Amino acid sequence: MGFLHEFLQQMVNGLSLGSIYALLALGYTMVYGIVKLINFAHGDILMLGAFGGFFVLAAYGVTPLTFVLALLVGMIVCAVVGIVIEKTCYKPLRNAPRINALITAIGVSIFIENGARVVKVIGPNPKEFPTFKTVNFPIGDVNISQIQIIVFVVSIALMFLLTYIVNHTKLGKAMRAVSFDRPAAYLMGINVDWIISFTFALGSALAAAAGILFASAYPQVEPYMGIIPGLKAFVAAVLGGIGSIPGAMLGGFIMGIAETLTKGFISSQLADAIAFGILILILVVKPSGILGKNVSEKV
Amino acid sequence: MLKNRLLLAGIILVLVFSLISGCNESKTIKIGTIQPISGQVSAYGIQTRDAIAMAIEEINANGGVLGKKLELIVEDDEASPEKTTNAFKKLTAKDKVVAIIGALTSKCTLAITKEAQAKKVVLITSSSTNDTVTDAGEFIFRACYNDSFQGQVNAKFAYETLKARRAAILYDITNDYSKGLMSNFKAKFEELGGQIVAIESYSTGDKDFNAQLTKIKASQPEVLFIPDYYSTISLIAKQVRGQGMTIPMMGGDGWDEITNNAGDEVIGCYYSNHYSPDSDDEDVKAFVTKFREKYNITPNALAALGYDAAYILADAIEKAGSLDPVKIQQAMMETDKKMVTGYIRFNEKRNPVKSAVMLKVVKGADGKLTTEYAGTVNP
Repeated sequence: MGFLHEFLQQMVNGLSLGSIYALLALGYTMVYGIVKLINFAHGDILMLGAFGGFFVLAAYGVTPLTFVLALLVGMIVCAVVGIVIEKTCYKPLRNAPRINALITAIGVSIFIENGARVVKVIGPNPKEFPTFKTVNFPIGDVNISQIQIIVFVVSIALMFLLTYIVNHTKLGKAMRAVSFDRPAAYLMGINVDWIISFTFALGSALAAAAGILFASAYPQVEPYMGIIPGLKAFVAAVLGGIGSIPGAMLGGFIMGIAETLTKGFISSQLADAIAFGILILILVVKPSGILGKNVSEKV
Repeated sequence: MLKNRLLLAGIILVLVFSLISGCNESKTIKIGTIQPISGQVSAYGIQTRDAIAMAIEEINANGGVLGKKLELIVEDDEASPEKTTNAFKKLTAKDKVVAIIGALTSKCTLAITKEAQAKKVVLITSSSTNDTVTDAGEFIFRACYNDSFQGQVNAKFAYETLKARRAAILYDITNDYSKGLMSNFKAKFEELGGQIVAIESYSTGDKDFNAQLTKIKASQPEVLFIPDYYSTISLIAKQVRGQGMTIPMMGGDGWDEITNNAGDEVIGCYYSNHYSPDSDDEDVKAFVTKFREKYNITPNALAALGYDAAYILADAIEKAGSLDPVKIQQAMMETDKKMVTGYIRFNEKRNPVKSAVMLKVVKGADGKLTTEYAGTVNP
């Protein structure tokens, strides 16, 4: 196995991991773009989505059809959960100082994690996630498993769908307007409350999809499973420029590839250190992130 | 003034009650146990707890110890060392237990051995195999063999039975159990003349092992040794097969329960264990039957060890004739009895000297994964 071949194999691993980070990072970045809130409960939505998929797949077995069904159920459940969280926890604080909403987000996160531990159907113990039997597609010497392909293809498709919604639909236009200037959008007759709820629903649905893909690639579900991917995706969103949708995608892929290449060629103990080191480096050079816009404070 | 008097009366009342309840408590002998009832290794903690409870019920039904009933106090540590320390403090300070069975994982037990030794609390862990667990002093015992033996068993099996000459290791660098097994396997395998072609590591909680496995695959091993617990193994196994590697994987007793927690990826893999529930041994048969009747499942090896640990401790208290920890400790050293997991006799390091069995994961007639006896290795 030559160096080039090993490098290509690691790139495949990295892209697959990165696409999950990217999908999750989109939720952070959209919510931040609209209400300037870092939704720390986002990783836990991933967990809920994975469990939603888990129940569908456990009940109906694993076929391509049930997998799509699992994705749909997980995404719908989480979209509703996202709206409920927004309406009950964040909306009352919309005009409070930003730090209050941030602390509430941390509270929601802890509540969901530990609530899931107590609820009978989820419980504190890890469960095996039903997933496809591994099939390998060797391309030359590089080996790609069908799960890596599914993860990559589904993520990319969802990212295209999101980009289409944001850039080419009326709803997307309204979202961009609210993000740009909320009072002005309100005065123009946009239902701001509804748009904010929709944004949470969209972000949460993407998190649910990321959760099911994550659980398919790493077949284990437990209440704390969202913490680490959530953290990494948050870093990816900041890295790419928080508030920017292409930035979140780019950040996610950079994080996944940096992590994998560090593990593969330097040391697995340094993987997180180097991934987070990149973040610091980029923020020093470009404080708003790679694709972030430099907005000067309005006085 | 009246307020002060009321307060005083209240305090006296509380003191009197605590004295009375204190008297009541001495009617039983309190044994504490710290087990991971929830979290990553809950399948072990729950069964170990159930087995200890079953042993104590039997002992109480036969008249108890020193004419008193045993009372078991269970604490959950979620396999996290900080929680083990808290549980230990609660058991010793609040419940004032005579002795403790636990913790289950090596990492957790190591968090409390020094304190147990300093406070002179007799501590017997049913299943912490890390070599250094009993180093803290004469009050620390274990009911299982240790990792230098287990690592050697695996290395010998890989070299002699599987005829492997090139082995790779993937281990958890933040886990004492995993680290201990890794170094013992490596030393023995190299001593036998084999070659360790790759050693890769990860941290507890990692989910993605593709990068390490790509490296391991490039080194072309004939067998992959993964010393960790079943929940991580099932994740790793999936990715090993996803990378297109078909070599057999091996591990230690942390693989116990893998058949209920992994998919077909682990078929054809081997692990060392403390006992096989299919054994013809009379003690094993009796234990398995009783456990199945009571809890409706086949006990795993950890349950068998928990059951033995409870009996070792109860026998020692009876022999000591008092609750003085020093006397219990001396009586523990004199343990000499055939039990479920083998003949238990402690060496000078308070480790029992006993044999290990190798099990192979196979597909059973009912389509579910099960294990098959693959050999016994004596010390």
